[in-house]
Amino acid sequence: MSQRPRRSPHPRERRMIFANIDREGYTPDIDSYVRHGGYEQLRKAITMEPDAIVNEVKASGLRGRGGAGFPCGVKWGFIRRGGPKPTYLICNADESEPGTFKDRYIIHQDPHQLIEGMIISCFALDVHLAYIYIRGEFPEGAKILEKAIAEAKEKGYLGKNLLDTGFDLEIYVHRGAGAYICGEETGLIESLEGKRAYPRIKPPYFPAVLGLYQCPTIVNNVETLCHVKHIIGMGGAEYAKIGRPNNTGTRILCISGDVVRPGYFEVELGAVTLGEAINELCGGLKPGRKLKAIIPGGSSAKVLRADERFKIKTKAEDGSMVDKEIGVEDILMDFDSLAAVGSMAGSGGVIVMDDSRDMVWTLNNLNEFYAHESCGQCTPCREGSLWMRKITDRILAGGGVDNDPDVLKNVADNIAGKTICAFGEACSWPTQSFVLKFRDEFTAKARKPLPPPIPPEYTPDTLIAETPRLPATNQA
Amino acid sequence: MQIPPELLAKVDEAISHYPVSKRSAALPLLHLFQEHFGYIAQESILWIAEKLELQPIHILELVTFYPMFRQKMAGKYHIRVCRTLSCAMAGSYELREKICKATGIDPHAGGHHDPIAVSPDGRYSIEFVECIASCGSAPVCMINDDFYEGVTEASITDLLARYQ
Repeated sequence: MSQRPRRSPHPRERRMIFANIDREGYTPDIDSYVRHGGYEQLRKAITMEPDAIVNEVKASGLRGRGGAGFPCGVKWGFIRRGGPKPTYLICNADESEPGTFKDRYIIHQDPHQLIEGMIISCFALDVHLAYIYIRGEFPEGAKILEKAIAEAKEKGYLGKNLLDTGFDLEIYVHRGAGAYICGEETGLIESLEGKRAYPRIKPPYFPAVLGLYQCPTIVNNVETLCHVKHIIGMGGAEYAKIGRPNNTGTRILCISGDVVRPGYFEVELGAVTLGEAINELCGGLKPGRKLKAIIPGGSSAKVLRADERFKIKTKAEDGSMVDKEIGVEDILMDFDSLAAVGSMAGSGGVIVMDDSRDMVWTLNNLNEFYAHESCGQCTPCREGSLWMRKITDRILAGGGVDNDPDVLKNVADNIAGKTICAFGEACSWPTQSFVLKFRDEFTAKARKPLPPPIPPEYTPDTLIAETPRLPATNQA
Repeated sequence: MQIPPELLAKVDEAISHYPVSKRSAALPLLHLFQEHFGYIAQESILWIAEKLELQPIHILELVTFYPMFRQKMAGKYHIRVCRTLSCAMAGSYELREKICKATGIDPHAGGHHDPIAVSPDGRYSIEFVECIASCGSAPVCMINDDFYEGVTEASITDLLARYQ
């Protein structure tokens, strides 16, 4: 089905999760997986105390790869073994942040890696029922996972009394149906309960306390769960040496847009800068083009302008903190560095735009996405996301009035922080950052004068008085 | 409503995946019905609701919330073209236009509230969908359950020829 030629890893990559992706002769079946050392880490994990596994994950410093970057070990630490309620694990495979395309390849080409990561995690957290929530648009991926689960059960890695440990575990695949909001963990849980995916308010609905069926639940991203397997393989302390402090491990960068070779690249966190990612990994921009803007961590991340400068604090050789000024291309691709410049590493999806791109058009495209995907539960987001789309659409069509940039910002400011879930921020950050950083483009396009205000003598009373009365009838 | 035995077997299998709450099987059942009948009919909603011991509104509200479910027939080959940023930058709007021309679909036939437009002969239908997670090989589309990446205006003609 895939038409894309297989590509060997770039020399600057360090492939752990993607070790088997695009590998010649590697197939998604269990024999191929076991032949390449698969399920060895599970065999190791079952000899460990469950708490020891959790401690290894804590020691690894692994941060969630779905978008928020929350430390996985801390999340797991909220779970108490042996409580009165069962604990559930859900793998979030609802990959739908625009710009992100990593889970797709794990699921399609190396499904057993995910399943092994899940089994280890379930063993550590005393989970006996787990679900993979996969987005509806991956019908083939769902079939591959179901087949992989069946294979793992047949070989005894999964099911009742797996590997003679006395431990029972069932994993089922649950397909979503095209709603972006299901990537939000509480929305995902609602969806898995058979309801509309309206996110729940925190507190009290922290999934680790009140999750699926009001029981403690851990929701982890596909990539995060795959990392668990490698942490057990090499030990948490060893894993923590990869990458940078507080930004440990590898990360799959998904780079798309105006670059010569878009694609996925697994690198150590902080090992490459944004400039190196674009120029080395992706072969630079198309001929004759100049860099204009970058969305560094999925469409919700705040946009970076090519000529921006940032003042950041870095550690000097003597250990003291010093101020340093850097440009966009010098930003290290890790969680903390991108947060320090006011954006985020998010889901790892980098969208590159060159100087041929119209920023109003770009923002309008994203606004259309968010207007379509708002679940409609909270008023600011339900209404505001549509208003933002209508305004950018109007500017594009030539009907923009000269205070539209301010109105856009105002609408966005009134969504962020005022909604139940982080979608409010996700939909307002693009608008806030695009209007702030490319204001000239917006004002150049939105030039119509404001329509004259209603004359002051025109009060609601006169309006009512002048409205022709309809003849009364006895029909409703 | 006549439910063929093979569909019923799949329904029961799906429900068995949710030992805690049958309601969780609502989405899987809707997928099964849409695969089998091509869309979610009113009778299907009533049948699923009864099967899961729910009110029909609990099923209808899912059909109207989740974009993948439809309440009318799509074409024999339903084409989903990704609309979101990376694909749009790589020409997905032009791609959609090209597909519409090649298949005789009027993309605005259904009006503002109907995302699915069907060709007059019922063979093809098209839907502009949001990001389907393959931005690195944009533009991408799906024809029924088959996924295609790096689709150019030139290659779409050959592709469509495979779906007659």
